[in-house]
Amino acid sequence: MNLPEALLYSPSHEWSKLDGDILTVGITDFAQDQLGDVVFVELPTVGTQVSARSAVAVVESVKTASDIYAPVSGEVTEVNSALTDAPETLNSDPYEEGWMFKLRVSGASELDKLLSAADYQKIAEAG
Amino acid sequence: MTKLEHGSSGDFPLIFERSQAGRRAAQPPKPAWESLEVLLGAEHLRAAPPKLPEVSELDLVRHYTGLAHRQFSIDGNFYPLGSCTMKYNPKVNEEAAKLFTDVHPYADPDAVQGALELLHNLQHDLAEITGMDAVTLQPAAGAHGELAGILMIRALHEHNGEGAQRRVVIVPDGAHGTNPATATMVGYDVKEVLTAPNGEVDLEAFKAALGPDVAAIMLTNPNTLGLFETNILEIARLAHEVGAQLYYDGANTNAIVGRARPGDMGFDVVHLNLHKTFTTPHGGGGPGTGPVGVKAHLREFLPAPLIKRDGSRFDYDYNLPHSIGRMRSFHGNFGNLVRAYTYIRALGREGLAQISERAVLNANYLRVKMREIGFETAFDRVNMHEFVAQPPKGMKTLDVAKALLDYGMHPMTMYFPLIVKEAMMVEPTETESLETMDAFVEVLADVLRRAEADPNFLAEAPYGTPVRRLDEVKAARKPVLRYADG
Repeated sequence: MNLPEALLYSPSHEWSKLDGDILTVGITDFAQDQLGDVVFVELPTVGTQVSARSAVAVVESVKTASDIYAPVSGEVTEVNSALTDAPETLNSDPYEEGWMFKLRVSGASELDKLLSAADYQKIAEAG
Repeated sequence: MTKLEHGSSGDFPLIFERSQAGRRAAQPPKPAWESLEVLLGAEHLRAAPPKLPEVSELDLVRHYTGLAHRQFSIDGNFYPLGSCTMKYNPKVNEEAAKLFTDVHPYADPDAVQGALELLHNLQHDLAEITGMDAVTLQPAAGAHGELAGILMIRALHEHNGEGAQRRVVIVPDGAHGTNPATATMVGYDVKEVLTAPNGEVDLEAFKAALGPDVAAIMLTNPNTLGLFETNILEIARLAHEVGAQLYYDGANTNAIVGRARPGDMGFDVVHLNLHKTFTTPHGGGGPGTGPVGVKAHLREFLPAPLIKRDGSRFDYDYNLPHSIGRMRSFHGNFGNLVRAYTYIRALGREGLAQISERAVLNANYLRVKMREIGFETAFDRVNMHEFVAQPPKGMKTLDVAKALLDYGMHPMTMYFPLIVKEAMMVEPTETESLETMDAFVEVLADVLRRAEADPNFLAEAPYGTPVRRLDEVKAARKPVLRYADG
């Protein structure tokens, strides 16, 4: 299971990377593997205020459609619209080219609730 | 003509690919006395002929007969497609439906008293079966019934001046996808509650989600894991305490019909899938039918008209001042209402109770047998009419499903509910014999044996079907939805 140490993780299988007050969010390698080939991605609108653990995006694979949740509260500042035409990027490069959206964090204390790679791995393996 | 990229060469040519210029199956007569230009006006004539396949009558007949021979149906094969209740549809239903082919929906009520009596009796029977006070027969499918039900709940809240306050519909995380979709369609926000380790709604999470903003809770009982929600009375009490309405998704009624009633559990609105529980044609043979029952406090919101009885006469009842309006033209899918009524009257009260008894027995038999040969079950407890299994570790449900096709068996429902990894949702229904279920278990055991002997066996399956593995990813990413000429 490829889980970069530098990232933060949510039990609902999103990864997050904090840079200043901007959080970049995507789905984990484990999530893309479980979903199978991704065929459709629905991204949030820039400027939307989202609360922690609310559904903000949708990833659809041949198997299933899954909601993607905001790891923390904040405002959507940017989305990776390249995914709309190339949803397969989520499978091939989930941590770099496959990032989904960026948030300006408003609930900084919520960051503490996110998981380390090791803790997330336990959840993913048990699930 | 070009062939489609997902071409059919070696498989089955499209009707367009059978086309030969100038060939005809039929020649419409030309009016002898006048030209088309004069009859229609030149401006109404096509500049070029339509691009239709040019085939002889025999080409045409062979094409569709060939396709018909590829039909896969419950009449031919075992079909344990979980959540869909693919039970046998008795042929007597068809005989009964034929009796009504000359009836017109615009006929004067006095000329169609028999048809109206049937509708009236079916309203009554479905109300009795579900423990409800009134029933509309209009909705044309389960999801359409859901829409009608949630629209009525919204109308009730608005009528009570709580329309702006109640914005949320609660659904469990294992719900049928139609539940959150329906709530969204009606304009509500969806709040998901988690499933507890025992497979039922997490009562604490449910309590936490409740509040004065909740309009409705949508539940399936038994739920999509095939497990009965044993806290249902408490759930109903809590829901009503905050003024929310409890909606029963009737997809799984086959598990309880004749033995337990949603109305007695505290549900306020119920939809039924007549094409599941009550043996009207299903899937491609549809159309579906999704009547909705309500408790008395929602009666005046029902789609108009209902069918009423005045003494010995039957008529339309438009006296529903707060009706949400029509959900469907005329009386819904009338032919299927005749079929369902036939089924209910043929079985009677005792027969209906036997449906659920045997459906539950069959499903539990299969669950235990599948465990014996190496499948896992997500929740090891007595299930209702269906259960969710998982393949042995490392094996993919999709591959097992593809392998089943070679044995002439329809696969179970796959990857649903979403909360179970590699979910295999199996529903044998009550109409399958012990021998058929044993044959299914033997097929599954054979698949496991062959998978063990040859690591590539599963990945390559199916072997003997008209087409092998289809490129599902390409079909989803780059769908070809119609034949493109040139």
